[in-house]
Amino acid sequence: MPLNVNSDPLSPAETRWRILPQGDRCLIISFGEHIDAAIGRTCLAAARMLRDAQLPGVTDVVPSFVAVAVHYRPGGQGEGPTYASLSEHIQALLAGGIPAGDAGGREVDIPVCYGGEHGPDLAEVARAARISPDAVIQLHTEPPSMVFMLGFAPGHAYLGVHDEKLNIPRRPSPRTAVPPGAVAIANRQTVIYPNRLPGGWNIIGATPLVMFDPAREPAALLQPGDTVRFVPISPDEFDRIRGSQA
Amino acid sequence: MSMTVIKPGMLSSFQDRGREGYQHQGIPAAGAMDERAHRLANALAGNEGDPATLEITLTGPTLRFDAPACFALAGADLGATLNGQDIPLLRPLIARTGDVLAFGARPAAGVRAYLAVHGGFALTPVMGSETTYLRSGFGGFEGRALAKGDVVPLRRPLAPERDAADLQKALSNVRVYLPAALGNKQREFVRFLPGVHWPEFSQSSRRAFSESDFRISPQSDRMGYRLLGRPLAMNQPRQMLSEAACFGTVQVPSGGEAIILMADRQTTGGYPKIAQIATVDLPALAQSAPGQTLRFQRIELEEAQRLDGERERAFAQLHGALEPLRALLA
Repeated sequence: MPLNVNSDPLSPAETRWRILPQGDRCLIISFGEHIDAAIGRTCLAAARMLRDAQLPGVTDVVPSFVAVAVHYRPGGQGEGPTYASLSEHIQALLAGGIPAGDAGGREVDIPVCYGGEHGPDLAEVARAARISPDAVIQLHTEPPSMVFMLGFAPGHAYLGVHDEKLNIPRRPSPRTAVPPGAVAIANRQTVIYPNRLPGGWNIIGATPLVMFDPAREPAALLQPGDTVRFVPISPDEFDRIRGSQA
Repeated sequence: MSMTVIKPGMLSSFQDRGREGYQHQGIPAAGAMDERAHRLANALAGNEGDPATLEITLTGPTLRFDAPACFALAGADLGATLNGQDIPLLRPLIARTGDVLAFGARPAAGVRAYLAVHGGFALTPVMGSETTYLRSGFGGFEGRALAKGDVVPLRRPLAPERDAADLQKALSNVRVYLPAALGNKQREFVRFLPGVHWPEFSQSSRRAFSESDFRISPQSDRMGYRLLGRPLAMNQPRQMLSEAACFGTVQVPSGGEAIILMADRQTTGGYPKIAQIATVDLPALAQSAPGQTLRFQRIELEEAQRLDGERERAFAQLHGALEPLRALLA
């Protein structure tokens, strides 16, 4: 398990990583232990770089908040990659410098109707954060958020990293069904539920946009590395946008 | 030009090797639980590529061929019959128009059988794959398991003028030698590699995982197998951040009951990972039923990758040897 200090000028000065096998068909490049916007951006940039490198045998490159997973398969004649060969290759690529700040994402506006029936937990979140509901909305909409990963369900995006004031825990008992489009926060992160799913995050609003549609290309509205601006809308606008998509 | 579902069976869904390249969008790979058997069925049905096969679970469906077709079965022996006559696994077989394929004539040995037809089923790929992801309802046949009355089109049925008896005779004369690496010998142990959090588990938990028996819970499905046995714990439990999970990842939620993630696993998980099942042993696991007892044995990474590569070479070898079979069907 190589531990590295990267001195390339293209990389953030203190970038360190550790490569570990996850079984015989996946490896995990770990960049840290705690949620941190800089580490998250490094993961996104590394994931983009590894995806662009089109390494033989690699099927999926999956970023998360502090790590990047690389899934691979042996070739048709049983030839590599092996963990040894692939980790060495990746090691060399990363040591060449991770393009700092290049998550490669787009800028996406996500309209959100905050509070009311769309955001049943907004008042509670405001109480827990000891600020007004309007202040919660302001902290959520400014500055823009970044999509650090998708997981849990198809098109289910995790965004952050929000102001320290929004560092509130998940609800003590999860809801059995959260409606599609629900925008929910916990631990300085936001998730947007693409489908009706169980969930324990605090729902502060909802977007009328369709977050996941397998018939669309790409199927997930948000991609890792996208920068998102949450734009407050009224319940009427919510209904109008949702209606226009049907 | 199709196959009609008379009875759907317990859970019959189309699966291929999985939807690769979309996990960063949170889209599970899914795919065949026993990929080995899925590929064998395709090879023996004379398929060049690797189209989706029908994954059949325990209680099989009853299916009527509405066109002549070459098909093959692999994986579990679920007591298959064609027009009431017992039929073997791992052989190319001919069905005539109106023939009925049914299951359950004998007690099941294994859990999942795979039905391949020559040319494949005419399914619409979603994100490059014909695999059904049941939980979100897309891919395969209308994104769901088969239901009574479904009519599933075949991509390339046999030409109606071909003499079925002659063709079956010719196919039966093709020698099929199955390389040992493609067999499904039930082993005493399921081999594993240490998971990324293995060193953080207590010594007694690591010993329990390596040495004691675990039973597959009835709450087990395509998404995961829950294991009943000695509870497992970390030395110092801590909150984990979600990161990628794989087919065969063994994770341990705070209750201490291990879960092996299977084909329909989510792309990411936030529980500590004690182990990872060696890919070469996933097919045997996929054929193990709830209630069955498992024992795990540690294997080195190089050995696991050598066995995985050996299986790929065996498939290449089999594929080469089946050229005469494909020529007969061309």
